[in-house]
Amino acid sequence: MSNSKFTAGVISEMEKNYIHRLASKGTRIDGRKFDEIRPLKITKGYVERAEGSALVELGNTKVLVGIKIEPGAPFPDTPNSGILATNAELAPLASPTFEPGPPGEEAVELARVVDRGIREGHAIDLEKLVIEEGENVWVVFVDIHVLDYDGNLFDASGYGALAALANAMVPASKHELGDDFKLPVQHYPVPVTFGKIGDWMVADPNLDEESIASARLTVTTNEEGHINAMQKGLSGTFTYEEVQKVINMSMDIGRKVREIILGDSDGKED
Amino acid sequence: MGMKSDIKLIDDNGLRIDGRLPNQLRPIKMKVGVLQRADGSAYIEWGGNRIMAAVYGPREAYPKHVQEPDKAIVRARYSMAAFSVDERKRPGPDRRSIELGKVISEALESVIFVEKYPRTSIDVYIEVLQADAGTRVAGITVAALALADAGIPMRDLIVGCAAGKVDGVVVLDLNKEEDNYGEADVPMAILPRTKEIALLQMDGDMTYEELKAAMDMTFEATQSIHKMQIEALKRKYMEVE
Repeated sequence: MSNSKFTAGVISEMEKNYIHRLASKGTRIDGRKFDEIRPLKITKGYVERAEGSALVELGNTKVLVGIKIEPGAPFPDTPNSGILATNAELAPLASPTFEPGPPGEEAVELARVVDRGIREGHAIDLEKLVIEEGENVWVVFVDIHVLDYDGNLFDASGYGALAALANAMVPASKHELGDDFKLPVQHYPVPVTFGKIGDWMVADPNLDEESIASARLTVTTNEEGHINAMQKGLSGTFTYEEVQKVINMSMDIGRKVREIILGDSDGKED
Repeated sequence: MGMKSDIKLIDDNGLRIDGRLPNQLRPIKMKVGVLQRADGSAYIEWGGNRIMAAVYGPREAYPKHVQEPDKAIVRARYSMAAFSVDERKRPGPDRRSIELGKVISEALESVIFVEKYPRTSIDVYIEVLQADAGTRVAGITVAALALADAGIPMRDLIVGCAAGKVDGVVVLDLNKEEDNYGEADVPMAILPRTKEIALLQMDGDMTYEELKAAMDMTFEATQSIHKMQIEALKRKYMEVE
């Protein structure tokens, strides 16, 4: 919808022209190259009460992801599989354009795109989360809390979800179901988002760039270089060549980001 | 996607569960002008899908704060009837419908001359009466016809189509079994004249080469679906005679 909170007209015509002019010279408003993401800092284990958590700072964008895990009934069509549930909150403290209330379509899309990456990339081995087949399985809740919105929530949230899952423990002892064990994470599908500004594709768009981008494309790739999820957004279009270029750049950036996510185990010293 | 099963989706002759070749579409039928009250409407049968689309507008946008001073807003609502699937779907918007409504709205906006109608809304209602995989792309294809029927000026007649991967083979236009038990699905919407991509989603597991093969298949198929759209539009006026 065009009255998007993400693209609310917060940017002047002059600044828009300036960003376009910079792009035509091969640079960006914060001096980055087109395929360069903002500084990424991940603090794992930020919330001790959660089974897993990570605070992601991607430039000035801040997202906190918490994992809660509890036993529950499996879906009837997947009796021998755990459950993954992802939710996103665009907390009003994160931006003047976010309003309190139930999740709007932006929050729903954000949660679903992050969920799709984790699910289709088989990040968690859900088959190892069965307590009693058809009766009781572990339900993994991924909750995304946006704290400071300066653009590109898809990637910040995706990185936070992966990092939080990677340091999550299944609280079996609390439910008298044996010893706690590490959540079985087997793949690291990493999302990378590009914004289209004029005819240029820029990685990890910040808020100003996102506000004037005509189209957006998120590509989630795994450590084998396979593609697990894509999501195009906004009312602009891409050519086939542009899509191919974005996919290839996403794989390259994804590799570097994966190293940062896997970086240190608890992140306390980071 | 990716549900486990022993069903063989591609047989020894390389044919699919419904007898199609990998790059073959399901049968498609379209009809324009099927509803009385709507400003524009259309109906599509695509494989087992039965989908109706209605367009209202451009009309004054409500509530007022959603109005844009320099253009029309495009609001597509994707909705599935409770009886459209095997297990009754609880009526009303779920998270999937909300997401699809958003990406379909954005895809349709890419072809509409929204700047001609400031402060208005163009409302597109897509009702899935019977679902058989590929509803979002069939929905876009029929919405394009309803928009044309409503006389909304557009840059192109947008076409939706999907391709994916089942049993390791890249195939066009997945049916329900292939969608449930296959390995990947890539729904797209294309502007047939310029070949621009207005909607692109993907889920599953594909190599870069497989993804390109799937996109190539969709590009080719959208040209023939586009011809069917034009025929369907012409038919409406020939039948009046």
